[in-house]
Parts: sequence; C-alpha cells; structure tokens
Amino acid sequence: MIENIRLSFQGIWSHKMRSFLTMLGIIIGIAAIISIVSTIKGTNEQIKQNLIGSGNNVTRVQLYQQEYDSPYQMEFEGIPEGVLPVSSDVYNAILDLPDVVSAAAYNRRTSYDSSFYYSNTEISGCEIYGIDNAYFSTCSYSVKKGRAFVPRDFTDFRHVAILDTSAAQMFFQGADPIGKTIEFKSTALVVVGVVEPDRKFEPIINTIEDYYTYAGAQTGGSVFVPENIWPSFFAYDEPQEIAVQVSHTEAMSTVGEAVAALLNSQVTSERVLYKSEDTLKQAQELQDLNNATNQQLIWIASISLLVGGIGVMNIMLVSVTERTREIGLKKAIGAKKGRILWQFLTEAAVLTGLGGLLGVGAGIGMAELISHLTSAPVSISIPFIILAVIFSMAIGILFGLLPSVKASNLNPIDALRHE
Amino acid sequence: MMLELRNICKTYLQGRMEVPVLKDISLSVEEGEYLAIMGPSGSGKTTLMNIIGCLDAPTSGAYLLEGEDIAGLGDSKMSDVRLHSIGFVFQSFYLLSRQSAQDNVALPLLYAGVRRRERQEMARQALERVGLGDRTSFKPTQLSGGQCQRVAIARAIVNSPKILLADEPTGALDTKSGEQIMEIFQRLNEEGVTIVMITHEPEIAAHAKRTLHIRDGRLVDAQGKPLTDSPPEGDVSEGSFGSPIPTEVTTPVPLLGQDTAL
Repeated sequence: MIENIRLSFQGIWSHKMRSFLTMLGIIIGIAAIISIVSTIKGTNEQIKQNLIGSGNNVTRVQLYQQEYDSPYQMEFEGIPEGVLPVSSDVYNAILDLPDVVSAAAYNRRTSYDSSFYYSNTEISGCEIYGIDNAYFSTCSYSVKKGRAFVPRDFTDFRHVAILDTSAAQMFFQGADPIGKTIEFKSTALVVVGVVEPDRKFEPIINTIEDYYTYAGAQTGGSVFVPENIWPSFFAYDEPQEIAVQVSHTEAMSTVGEAVAALLNSQVTSERVLYKSEDTLKQAQELQDLNNATNQQLIWIASISLLVGGIGVMNIMLVSVTERTREIGLKKAIGAKKGRILWQFLTEAAVLTGLGGLLGVGAGIGMAELISHLTSAPVSISIPFIILAVIFSMAIGILFGLLPSVKASNLNPIDALRHE
Repeated sequence: MMLELRNICKTYLQGRMEVPVLKDISLSVEEGEYLAIMGPSGSGKTTLMNIIGCLDAPTSGAYLLEGEDIAGLGDSKMSDVRLHSIGFVFQSFYLLSRQSAQDNVALPLLYAGVRRRERQEMARQALERVGLGDRTSFKPTQLSGGQCQRVAIARAIVNSPKILLADEPTGALDTKSGEQIMEIFQRLNEEGVTIVMITHEPEIAAHAKRTLHIRDGRLVDAQGKPLTDSPPEGDVSEGSFGSPIPTEVTTPVPLLGQDTAL
C-alpha cells in the first residue's frame, strides 16, 4: 500500500502538467463547494447568534394580540381585560417545569411610554421594567456599580432605580450615577446601581436585511424599578411577561411553549394570548431558507466535480494504455489482478485526494475573499473539509475503477507485445 | 523431473479460423538442466515459452511442474506459480524506466510480500550476482543494453525460482554483451539454476547442454525430422492428421463456413 502511494506520487510528479490539469476539475469543484458551505455555515451561525443572543438560554413569554399575531403593546392599546399578573401558583408551576432553571415575572413599557428626566433634560429611548427579585439572576445581569435590589426595596416601596450600562451612558455620559436622582412620570427615583448583561447581545448587522430582522431586538437602555412601585406609575394588576432561563438551548422552544400554555390557562380574554418568542424556531426558519438557496449552488458545484471525475477517468485510461507494457511485465513476473487494480485505484485516489486538498485550500481562500469583499460571515468547518477530501478521493476511486479494472484484466502476453 | 509437457497443443483463434500453433509437444526438463529451444520465427517457440512460463494455458495436454499439473489452474494460482517458480528474461528487458536498478530487481519481492529492508538487501545481492553491485541506484536509461539485460536477469533470479526462462535474451544485444549474458547463464546453471532458453541463433544455443528444435509447432531433430512418437505424417503443412490426441483442431477450417475470406 505504502509502495503504491509512493509509486502514485512518482507518477504524478513525472507528469506534473498533466496531473495538475486533471486535478483542476476536482480543485474547482471542491473549492466551490467549500466556499459555499463556509458561507452558509457562517450565515447560519450569525443568524443563530443574533436571534438567540449567543446562549444565556433565556426565552421570554409575551402577550400577543390574537387577531394580528403581533406583540400586545400596552402603550397604545391600554391594559387588556381578562389577564391578571402572574399568580404565585402559576409562577411555581413554571418553576416546576422540566429544564427550567429560574423564572422571573416583570412589567415592561417601551420607550414610547417612558420619558425620563435628569436635571431638566428629557431622556427618551429607554425601556422601563418593573422587576421582581429573580429578574437579574434569571436574565444573567451582574452588578457593575452600586448594588442590586434588596428585599427592603420591595417591602418598603422604595423609589429606587437600577440602570443598565447603556441607560447609564444615556443619562450621565460617564459620570457616576450612584446616588443621583432621576425623574419618571413626576416621581423621583434614586439610582442605586448599574447592571450589565453577562453576555452582551449585539446582533451583527451587515446588510439592510439584517437590520430589519434584528433592529427590534436592540434597545436603547433599560431602567429597572422594583415591581412594587410599578402601580405608582401605571396601574394595578397589569399583565406581566415572563423570562425563563432554560438549562440548554435546544429546550428553549418547548419550555417557552409550556410556559405560554400555563399562562394562557389563566387568560379569559379572546383578544390576547401569551406566546413565547420562539427565537430558535425563527433562527431555524431563516437558516432553512438560507440553506435552501445555497443547496442549489452546491448541486451546480457538484457538476464540476462530476466533470472533474470524468477527466480523471480519461487520464487514467490514457495512463493504462501508455503503461500497458509495464502492466504486462508486472503480471508476467507474478503480480495478481488485485495488485494491478489497487495500484491504479491508489493512483486515482491520490490524484483526486491531492486535488481535493488543493481545492480545500482554494475554497478557504475564496471564502475569505468573499467575506472580505461582501462582508458576509464565513465559518470554516473542519469536519466538512475532511469530508470533502475523502469525497474527492471517493470520486477518484469511482472514476478510476473502470481504467483500473481494464488494466488488471490485461492479458500479460498481449500487454507485453503492445507497442 | 523439473517440468514435463505431455502432448501439449495450442490453437489460436484468428478471426473465424482456428490456427494450430503447437501440435502435440511432449518434452521434459530435469533439474539443473540448461536447455535451448531453437526454431525459426513462426515456429511456435514463443508460444511454447509462454506455456512453460504459465503466461498462457495450453488448449489440450498436461503440464507438470514438479509433478503438479499446472494446466487447470486459475488466474490467481498461475500468478503465484509465475511469482515463485519461474524467472523471466525477455528480449527487450522490460525494465521500469523510472525506477532504479535495485527497485526493478526488488519488484517480484514486493509482490511476494517481502519487507522493504529485506527486499533491498536481496535485490542488491542479486545485482552482485550479475556483476552490477556498483550500479544499484542507476536508472535503466543510464545503463547499456547489456547492463539492462543483467538487471533483468537479477530480477528473474531474485526470488530463487525453479526455472529461469529466457526468450531471445541476446536478441537485442551486440555480440560482446551477448557473450557476457551467456557467461552469466553458464555460471547460474553451474550454481544449480535450471535454464530454458529460446533462441534462433545456433551460437547462442551452443552454450546450452541440450538443444531442442521446433518447426511448425512440432519438435524435430536437427535435420528437421519429427521427434515425437506420433506416426509419420504425409504433408506437414497440411496439419496433424495422425495426431494421437483427438482434438477438434485439424487443418485450418473455417468455423462458420460459407462467408469466410478464404
């Protein structure tokens, strides 16, 4: 076997130009497939990362308008009837669901409904959250400055607020926020802390399509207040949303649906229902779409591999004819059919394997170039590269089979007499 | 008895014609013999050589190599016989031009499954036996014709075969190189190698201990008279009417009759 491989390299080396031209079809085919697959994989990873937020495994369950299948916005539509805050029974039932690590119920208003003031300057664009004690741990926030809420903030109805880093920047432009007083709906709130998400969720936006897809997920900043003082700004018994931390990403969809079902069992209105934001499914759908378009490209690239394979067969046939006397001699001095067959199959496999390797190199180069020129994300998959080389060797063996069988079946007497 | 041919017949199909090439050949070679088979071109001597060399199977008759009947063996077994029992020397050497002399000589050992290091050592020793110990790394293109043939002889004997078969070993060489080859054969035979050599040159055949003549597919004596125990025949060119082996092979007969080129 080693001897065969050595002989193959010798043969390939002694016909450099011919070998290279033979490999070219394989090189182009593999390069095309590698670059397409790298682009697909890169885009898919980006989609997943953008939508799921690179894995703190938190899924949120929000109120939806049944009629339009869009998130229910209390800012515009008022407080819906038939929905109550999350009861402790439902909350405990959520915690008892499999794969649930923790859960937090909270109220939320978007920036349309929340204008803050700090030293007579209006600051808009922040969301306000009325949160319970579990929120920060569930959504993986850590305290950067000051402190988190303490139980007495809740029990004493303290007018305190915690900002996230982007809100702190918007309010104070780098000055120390701790102890400062901000104003919301004519009520003073003392800033006691600044928090920061452990994993920053920043969608990578390369194209205008990306912007439309992910812009909704971007927030200017968040201001958190204890849920107990929420009614002093808005109303009692407002419906809440739920954030659930799930033990692993794959369970996010099922847990989200289970939580939504639990919440919906308490809803008596026909107009609204709870739905989990199914980021995983969304990502899957986007990826499927992306895959489907590129799958066709792979088929086209495969044609070039087919052409390359035929080229290999052609050259191997020429090679067998050229080396008829060599084959005749080898058979005459005792080489069995299998030996000759393997020698030529090895040669074809080495030739296309080498072509595959060069193709992988060219493919990676092409993928990097594409990513450089169009700023499309690229992700190189090592298993796929190995697969590509093995596949090109398989093409060599497949298309080398006919010439090799032809060689091994030569009659030594006729072969020796061949001119 | 090294090898024995009994009533070997060989017929080729040429188009729709059956052409008998060997007609009822019987011969035997003892161990350590040095036999030359002489005959003009077209006499069937190369076909005989191919049959002795297990490259071709006879149409009928028995071929015993060390008492074992070879005629009925399959392709793979025939390869084994060629590999282990027979060494070939061809008129035009048939060396692999891209490989060194040593690699050429080591080729049969590769097929015999000998380890690389051992192969190289045995090949070197074989090259020394033919006086080319200092040319092991030379490629055939860097060697003279006589040297190439000596490499080919080294390749033929590297496996210690029972018989060395040579087909016109000096045919492509000048007289001096041819003499050198004959000296090597002489020495190998003295070392106990059985040699069967085919040639049409009487001076080459003279080196052998025994000479057989072949003409029109039959063994004959030096005067051209049939040697076999078959009954005398009328016209040699008419074919073997009197052959003791009843075969379908007689005269060249059109197989399909009516529309032959004849």
